[in-house]
Amino acid sequence: MASRTFLEAIRDAQYEEMKRDDSVFIMGEDVESNMFGTFSGLKEEFGADRVRNTPIAEAGMTGVAVGAAMVGMRPVVDYTMAPFLYPAFDQIISMASKTRYLYGGQGGVPVVLRANMIYGNANAAQHSDRPYSMFMNMPGLNIIVPSNAYEMKGLLKTAIRNNDPVLSFEDVALWSSKSEIPDEEYTIPFGIADIKREGEDVTIFAIGAMVNLALAAAEQLAKEGISCEIIDPRTVAPLDRATILTSARKTGHFVAVDSSFEMCSAASEVCALVAEQAFWDLRGPVKRVCTPNTHIPYSPSMEKQLYPTVEKVIDAVRSVMA
Amino acid sequence: MKQNLPRETLLEMYRRMRRIRLFEDLAEEIHRNGEVPGTCHTSQGQEGEIVGACMALRIDDYMVGNHRSHGHPIGKGAKLDGLMAELMARKTGVCGGKGGSMHLADFSVGSLGETSIVGSGIPVAAGAALGAKMKGLDRVSLCFFGDGASNEGTFHEGINMAANWKLPVIFLCENNGYAISTPISTTAQVENIADRAVGYGIPGVVVDGQDVLAVFEVVREAVHRARAGQGPTLVEAKTYRYLDHAANLGRNLAYRTDEEVAEWRAKRDPIALFDERITGEMGIKPAELRQIDDEVKAEVDAALEFARSSPFPDAEEAFTDVYGDRLAVDA
Repeated sequence: MASRTFLEAIRDAQYEEMKRDDSVFIMGEDVESNMFGTFSGLKEEFGADRVRNTPIAEAGMTGVAVGAAMVGMRPVVDYTMAPFLYPAFDQIISMASKTRYLYGGQGGVPVVLRANMIYGNANAAQHSDRPYSMFMNMPGLNIIVPSNAYEMKGLLKTAIRNNDPVLSFEDVALWSSKSEIPDEEYTIPFGIADIKREGEDVTIFAIGAMVNLALAAAEQLAKEGISCEIIDPRTVAPLDRATILTSARKTGHFVAVDSSFEMCSAASEVCALVAEQAFWDLRGPVKRVCTPNTHIPYSPSMEKQLYPTVEKVIDAVRSVMA
Repeated sequence: MKQNLPRETLLEMYRRMRRIRLFEDLAEEIHRNGEVPGTCHTSQGQEGEIVGACMALRIDDYMVGNHRSHGHPIGKGAKLDGLMAELMARKTGVCGGKGGSMHLADFSVGSLGETSIVGSGIPVAAGAALGAKMKGLDRVSLCFFGDGASNEGTFHEGINMAANWKLPVIFLCENNGYAISTPISTTAQVENIADRAVGYGIPGVVVDGQDVLAVFEVVREAVHRARAGQGPTLVEAKTYRYLDHAANLGRNLAYRTDEEVAEWRAKRDPIALFDERITGEMGIKPAELRQIDDEVKAEVDAALEFARSSPFPDAEEAFTDVYGDRLAVDA
């Protein structure tokens, strides 16, 4: 076992997959300069052909990645920040997600589109989004939102081997956090949620960095005699509906924690799922803990209040159990 | 050089242009009677640039098209049966009835797909060229797009990236003068779309799209440059579409005169011009062309018969091909 940070896990996953498969290559903005440390040693080992800077042209670089993927390459594209996916929206939706379907399965688009989510750092509305739920509304995409370094490495390796497009949303709040990483190779399958803590009284569904908030809330609630079960979906597409429903039916109480805006969030989706399919096992209302539907302001005096916190999770649990 | 083309090549050019013309005449007709659902964009009048470009490619070269792309796979050599069946929404269509008229693809002839968001195929074609280059294949990629697409951001981003990386790709602008109803002269302040190549440091060439041999020669040169590692070329074929933006639109958009259309049909038809030229100065006998006409007619009729006798997809096929290797948990 070795202790590795979230950023090192990203680097390690890419390194191992590039070593394993010649068709894997990195492209994106400022990848050659290794801006965040996720490409350490890759250019030196695999050459400039496989670690290539693009112009600042998100739609273009996405389309180029799609075309390369259609003819047998496996591009891993780095957009740096998640809002930089927006200029590429048409290419992600119209081309990456739909190509396999439109052409009746003649080919697929094995691309990985990586984007970090930095929020709570006074970067204002255009730099602070957590937009994974926007992409959940579109068939044909896989979406990973890893919650720690171990998950990050295993999910990214699976993403690179997947034969369809995968969006990787990487929470900057986790960048320096460490996990024990096995020496032997491992991958984590898509669509299999991980039960991060078993419990009896309430299910807390939490995504990405929200898993840590849920774990902290569960510690405090345990002192009051409330036993929380924490579900980390690991991938929001595909979504492990069975694990979510089994847990909700068992505990009878359900809270979903999601740093996205509340409207049409992943939390909204799982709450609808539980309300529709586990209603008769529920003993209280479902509850979402999200970011309210306003833009992200610059001044910390306005921004700090907006995101989910441990206290908000605790309040939500209490309210559904009241 | 033109005169040196083998007879078989000339006859094949003629055959493919006729195939496209007859296929689309029929498509328009059966669209009118409801056998082709949805919209149907035809390219009658543009066969010269389509076939000239496609015949400069090898069968394993890649090609990306747009919403007006029945002719592109036909020009590249695709069989008509699967294309007609796709237009008619049948299970035996090239895309199994999922794509339709605007989204034909036949990977077996390098046709990677037609894409109906204007300009969206331009970077994708560059990407296919990148893939070929990285894999050490000597394949090239060609993207067909219209004059309207040249105003999209993807035109700039895709061509610029291809130029930076010297990708083996040919960007072929089919300038038929109108983006639906909007004249290109009102949306671009350069005389030629090809003039924009200067901005990317690549060659830009204007060619008469009604002259299949001229297009063939220009694209062949661009293909040669691409295979030799010299990067992309922007080719602009000046052409014209006879019919409305979409078949059987049911409205007169009144953006061009009937006289203008009639003049192009009478004086600038790519098939008639080629017929005249090869029977006149290149020693092809008119009877040879009439025989091809008959063969193509039989081929198109057979494709229609094939499509008509094919089943529609089962309703549950709406749920296949969304993912290639997804786990059952998300069912």
